[in-house]
Amino acid sequence: MNPVRKRRLLFVALVLAAAALAAVFISMALNENINYLHTPTEVRTGKAPESARFRLGGVVCNNSVTRTESTLDVRFRVTDGSRFIPVHFNGILPDMFKEGTSVIATGKMQGEEFVATEVLAKHDETYMPAEVAKGMSPEMLAKMSQGPAMHSLNCGAP
Amino acid sequence: MLPELGQILLLAALLLSLLLGTLPLWGAQRSNNALMSSARPLSYALLAAVVCSYALLTYAFEVHDFSVAYVAKNSNSLLPPLYQASAVWGAHEGSLLLWVMILCAWITAVALKSRALPQTVVARVLSVMGWIAFGFLAFTVFTSNPFERLLPAAIEGHDLNPLLQDPGLIFHPPLLYLGYVGFSVAFAFAIAALIDGRIDAQWIKWARPWTNAAWGFLTLGIALGSFWAYYELGWGGWWFWDPVENASFMPWLVGAALIHSQAVTEKRGSFSSWTLLLAIAAFSLSLLGTFLVRSGVLTSVHAFASDPERGMFILAFLCLVVGSSLTLFAWRTPKEFGKPFHWQSRESLLLINNLLLTAACAMVLLGTLYPLLAEALDMGKISVGPPYFGKLFLVLMAPVVLLIPFGPLSRWQSDSLGNVARVLMPWLVLAALVALVALFKAPQHPIKTALAFFSVFWITLGTLRFVWQRLRQAQSRFTAEMSGMILAHTGVAVFCFGALMAEALSTEKDVAAKPGQSFEIGAYRFLFQGVQELPGPNFVAQRGAIQVFDGERMLTTLYPEKRQYASGGSIMTEADMQGGISRDLYVALGEPLDANGGWALRLHVKPFIRWIWFGALMMALGAFLVMFDKRFKNRRPQ
Repeated sequence: MNPVRKRRLLFVALVLAAAALAAVFISMALNENINYLHTPTEVRTGKAPESARFRLGGVVCNNSVTRTESTLDVRFRVTDGSRFIPVHFNGILPDMFKEGTSVIATGKMQGEEFVATEVLAKHDETYMPAEVAKGMSPEMLAKMSQGPAMHSLNCGAP
Repeated sequence: MLPELGQILLLAALLLSLLLGTLPLWGAQRSNNALMSSARPLSYALLAAVVCSYALLTYAFEVHDFSVAYVAKNSNSLLPPLYQASAVWGAHEGSLLLWVMILCAWITAVALKSRALPQTVVARVLSVMGWIAFGFLAFTVFTSNPFERLLPAAIEGHDLNPLLQDPGLIFHPPLLYLGYVGFSVAFAFAIAALIDGRIDAQWIKWARPWTNAAWGFLTLGIALGSFWAYYELGWGGWWFWDPVENASFMPWLVGAALIHSQAVTEKRGSFSSWTLLLAIAAFSLSLLGTFLVRSGVLTSVHAFASDPERGMFILAFLCLVVGSSLTLFAWRTPKEFGKPFHWQSRESLLLINNLLLTAACAMVLLGTLYPLLAEALDMGKISVGPPYFGKLFLVLMAPVVLLIPFGPLSRWQSDSLGNVARVLMPWLVLAALVALVALFKAPQHPIKTALAFFSVFWITLGTLRFVWQRLRQAQSRFTAEMSGMILAHTGVAVFCFGALMAEALSTEKDVAAKPGQSFEIGAYRFLFQGVQELPGPNFVAQRGAIQVFDGERMLTTLYPEKRQYASGGSIMTEADMQGGISRDLYVALGEPLDANGGWALRLHVKPFIRWIWFGALMMALGAFLVMFDKRFKNRRPQ
């Protein structure tokens, strides 16, 4: 092989090695940091991981928010219309958090409770994230679109 | 009547942009002077039509014309006057009109400043920009008409989203759009060069200041958005790797690469097709950003109501732009005319810079689009967490930080990197020593703290070494280009220090506070005094008072608020902070916890966080400074 070819070959090999290394790094980083979104029904039917972190999406049940007096400890139920999951959160809830609006909580199951480390609510009160809306039961979506009828929302079974 | 006039003007603008897109382009192909010279008057007329239409929409806001649906949705008779003007771009339709107006302003600026260029080039560049204007005007007119009437007219408007009632928002979107749209100049130039089938160093020289301007504005826009998120969202963070942030960050990264590769192409002729490709990429990513934000395909902390029809329109437009420009690129890539260079040279260093910046952009793109990809492949509904971006970005940017001082000190074409390394060695050692001290002194996260000190000392000292070398040389002169580079590189140093220090040494506490209770954070003591109700112009506020002490000395009293806006049910957090060079004290109200005046409080001490935005400001000013280099002065053709 002449030196020019040799150098080119070396260059191509280096580029390929760099690309392979990058691919490994990226897939590792992706695998570590992907969070799946699950609805309460999926959690109840065993489709959500038992010990790993995931995101729980749904609507906060009416009259379900209870706070341990004078602490940041708060508990509420999240439903998709057919089942609900109790959620425990120790922190400051976002401004838009309200009963009857959609939330996405990140955390994991601990026993019967979903322990959240982060709770997101939408900035816009009428807007539901598309991925949460997909997991809703049709009756629930219909009710939510009627607005004030929210109070008759069915929280579903545990 | 006036809103109808606005709509007619928009239709006229649509027609004008179609003419601008076709006539001069056709003239350039046929070498028809009359057709080519129609480009400038058409540009001016287009700008006039769009500005008048925009002015009429602003007027509708000023007179509270709630018979216009857009005004009724985004304004209110109680809205303070300042926000009446900025509410125009507070939602989708109006911000799109602003986008188009800024594009037309860029077109006119190009028309005015391009007298030194051959007529065919000017005609093609303006025509390509005309096509872009046509696409966006069609989008506005057919899917998002801001002048649509509401029948019957509303008695009172709904109000501007309270989150947007803030001075930061007045400038954030316009600056961001100036950047996004500014890349259309580099893009149009690249397309014109591809149509012509050759690149001329003279044209690149002409295109450079435009890219710098666009990138500078984009930097300011992103920095302002980040600052706004920091003090308005009430979470105390400055960057969340949210899809909408990523959407603006991708063109920024490619734009930074483009600035450097354009410099190489202009001075040495190398990387010419790469420069064209980057110019196409920068603008395509700007369009992708618009698509991601406007279509609502991604779940984001930013609230933009989704509309599939609009999403499809932009997606189709994006595919058309990317598809046709890449086809053109594949078909007519001009011959490289660059001088050969050794692997140890400034060219290679800039090549590495470009590879790393584009790799970082690809990484962000992958992470942003991965949830869409997974959904399409039925892999479930997922989101990619911020650590993915944070970690990989650090890995990719570390070599960039390491190599920055080498760039200016090495020579074009061929140099010995060993020699440059020897020159820089003392400064590298000094930076490493400082980092070592920081490693042992840091109260928490020693590695990040050490990296912060290393990067700020290494880049600043390395850049100063270059300044010293210039001063020592007999012909010691600093061109505007060089000074801009020095300023921007130092800005990178300042930014790195701020970002890493804020990451490493921030202390945050969420607490349940009773009136009279105090909390220690580091050397500071926060004393909660309670919350009172106060009326505002269009809201009622719960205002907390928190005294902050450093030892026994009282530093300040902070007044964070929770605002309940009169128009809607939403509650807004207004954090309060005392900013400083070495630290920010930051307090936000959470929610009432009991009947005895107990509240949830967010207490933060954030060291050096202001350096982040100051560094970004320096980068932007550096980019602007380069534009004033003598070499970019318009010279008339001989």
